[in-house]
Amino acid sequence: MIMDYQLIWALLIAVAVFAYVTLDGFDLGIGILFPFIKDPAKRGRMMNTVAPVWDGNETWLVLGGGGLYAAFPLAYSLLMTAFYIPVLTMLLALVFRGVAFEFRFKSRDHQKHWDFAFSAGSIIAAAMQGAMLGAFIEGIAVENAKFVGGPFDWLSPFSVFCASAVVVGYALLGTGWLIMKMEGNFQGRLRGLAKPAVIWMAANLGVVSLMTSYIHPAYAARWFDMPNLFFLAPIPIVTAGLLFWLWHAVKHREKTVFGITLGIFFLCYAGFGITLYPNIVPPMIDFRTAAAPDNSLSFMLVGAAILIPIILAYTAYAYWVFRGKVGDEGYH
Amino acid sequence: MFDPDILARIQFAFTISFHIIFPSFTIGLASFLFVLEALWLRTRDDAYLALYKFWLKIFALAFGMGVVSGIVMSYQFGTNWGPFSEFTGGVLGPLMAYEVLSAFFLEAGFLGIMLFGLNRVGPKLHFTATTMVAIGTLFSAFWILSANSWMQTPTGHIIENGRAVVQSWWDVVFNPSFPYRLVHMVLAAFLTTALVVGAVGAWHLLRDRENRAARIMFSMAMWMAAIVAPVQIVAGDMHGLNTLEYQPAKVAAMEGHFETQNGAPLILFGWPDMAAEETKYAVEIPKLGSMILTHDWDGRITGLKDFAPEDRPNATIVFWTFRIMVGLGLLMALLGIASLFARWRKSLYSCRWLHRFALIMGPSGFIAILAGWFTTEIGRQPWVVYGLMRTSEAGSPVAPAAIAGSLAAFVIVYTIVFGVGTAYIIRAMNRDPRFAHSPKGEVLRAGSRPVSDPTIPQAGE
Repeated sequence: MIMDYQLIWALLIAVAVFAYVTLDGFDLGIGILFPFIKDPAKRGRMMNTVAPVWDGNETWLVLGGGGLYAAFPLAYSLLMTAFYIPVLTMLLALVFRGVAFEFRFKSRDHQKHWDFAFSAGSIIAAAMQGAMLGAFIEGIAVENAKFVGGPFDWLSPFSVFCASAVVVGYALLGTGWLIMKMEGNFQGRLRGLAKPAVIWMAANLGVVSLMTSYIHPAYAARWFDMPNLFFLAPIPIVTAGLLFWLWHAVKHREKTVFGITLGIFFLCYAGFGITLYPNIVPPMIDFRTAAAPDNSLSFMLVGAAILIPIILAYTAYAYWVFRGKVGDEGYH
Repeated sequence: MFDPDILARIQFAFTISFHIIFPSFTIGLASFLFVLEALWLRTRDDAYLALYKFWLKIFALAFGMGVVSGIVMSYQFGTNWGPFSEFTGGVLGPLMAYEVLSAFFLEAGFLGIMLFGLNRVGPKLHFTATTMVAIGTLFSAFWILSANSWMQTPTGHIIENGRAVVQSWWDVVFNPSFPYRLVHMVLAAFLTTALVVGAVGAWHLLRDRENRAARIMFSMAMWMAAIVAPVQIVAGDMHGLNTLEYQPAKVAAMEGHFETQNGAPLILFGWPDMAAEETKYAVEIPKLGSMILTHDWDGRITGLKDFAPEDRPNATIVFWTFRIMVGLGLLMALLGIASLFARWRKSLYSCRWLHRFALIMGPSGFIAILAGWFTTEIGRQPWVVYGLMRTSEAGSPVAPAAIAGSLAAFVIVYTIVFGVGTAYIIRAMNRDPRFAHSPKGEVLRAGSRPVSDPTIPQAGE
């Protein structure tokens, strides 16, 4: 049997990036919520809900980057060069965010500073990811397989809009996570924060979707030509339905808020993939052009096929160990 | 100075030098924690649990800093070294993907349980978590050193359409310098950790020589130093002979030899001058250089002049970084021998000068590791992949101002973040290890309050 390694790896990397977006998304969301929660004890509790798992969540980012380097070296090289400033800014922001988990609790005098580092790091990292998403959709200036654009090409009104969408999306994921983990008044406060976030996200998604179809005729054609229109129409319709459901859940439900938000993320991500397929460096370079030799892809696939199920199993175990509410008494 | 290649190299050297300090410490520390928890489970002596908890806090800090500085590395290949990434992606990429899949996830997945889960999962499962984290650090060393070694001694590939394509994965992973480099680096990590543990033990013994927890860790660390330091000297020598076979220009630079000669001297000190093509002010022992490198008093040693000027590594730097590493290695062996002597005299816990010596040697492992990496990496120049790709062809087409700006940002951020982190580590080391575990309060760690532990309510809640 001949396997299409290039397609398999394109899908695997897409899955790794999605895993990163959702898992680190709610971690980052907690930092994004910090400006609205002033009480240091509550902030400590918020961080503790993810302290045992954030490191594993962020490892998906390394897999996304490392996997892209391994499977699609040309795309890795072009994208990292084009996104030089936002990538390095994101990484430095993640440095602050990551060390704050340990440093915050080691320091009494500087706890406020590390809270700020955690929060600003989360917001900046999320914003840079959103801006890169926008710039990615708009396309990268490439000639003869070399990046020929400028260092600030990634910055545009559209990318700013996407940054806003990702920041609020992560905040909503974080809120959903915390509503599951918290009780009582604090949970009520989080519900209050979630409502404007739902509206903001709905508005953002609408605008970003419409703008995307104007960026490139091919993007509009992908969605609006027959028979695609017929097959793809469920995606925006279900997304809209989920947004309404989310609005209801935010007020009344405890566990479904997080799940519905994940569903919305999944549909948006699927829509993003459908818009861009088969390009890995839009608008010109498809994933087959950028792929590493088949023997590299098959060598890695053996490891991925064996190790990814094991990783999922012990990751699930770690979440299970730290399941349940994080109340005033902590996990007991 | 504003040559983008030089700026990109400084940036890479800066970020990776900061990074390597943390994993080389946590590789050794994870194994040390594994041993401590095993001893606790076997003896149920709470002193081992106290030591475990004492070092676990330090591990958490060092590991966190290793993770965040490591994520930077995984993207920097692309941001600053795009053409290198394109050329090597099919070879080095899979090795790093294996590192992520087999090591990073394993460490990260079990770290939470290791740090916060003792009361939730019980001692046996918790020990499993510690074991997994320790194994993860070693898997990580395996893959990343394989990748680095391939850049030093590439084998198992062909060049197709301007990129490296693998012919034999076995030959790529187990390339000629890999076994030596892996052994040398893992021993270095163990030795570095032993020196840190020994220094912390010595510090507490200098305050109170009856401190039992301090005695245990000092004794364990000194056994490690006494055994590993001499083994490391042998391993280092074998690594050097392997380098002589595959990268003679690097060895010539390390030795400060410009002329090819039979019966070459061992230059102890001097100033290799690249422009003048000679080592000035050389203090040398006749014929010993040939003896060490070829095991023959009149053996032939190739000098740098046998290589075209554009193919020579900078001997001024490499000569000195090599001597710093070797000098520190000899001091480490001396510490180990001194500790054996003190142990024989039954003064291991009372010998003040030994404790002071061990204290001073605390950071020496880190310095030796950095000096060793500078030697091997600068010694590989002007190649990024030895003989296949020059460093000058490997840089991304990024505006020099962007590289300079990001370099400045890295210097500022790393200095603040890792400076503060190191201060927290030193503060944690300063606490009395006997109180890291209080039998009644179960998970209470050293100090007056629990630290980043979700199983414990934080102050004020």
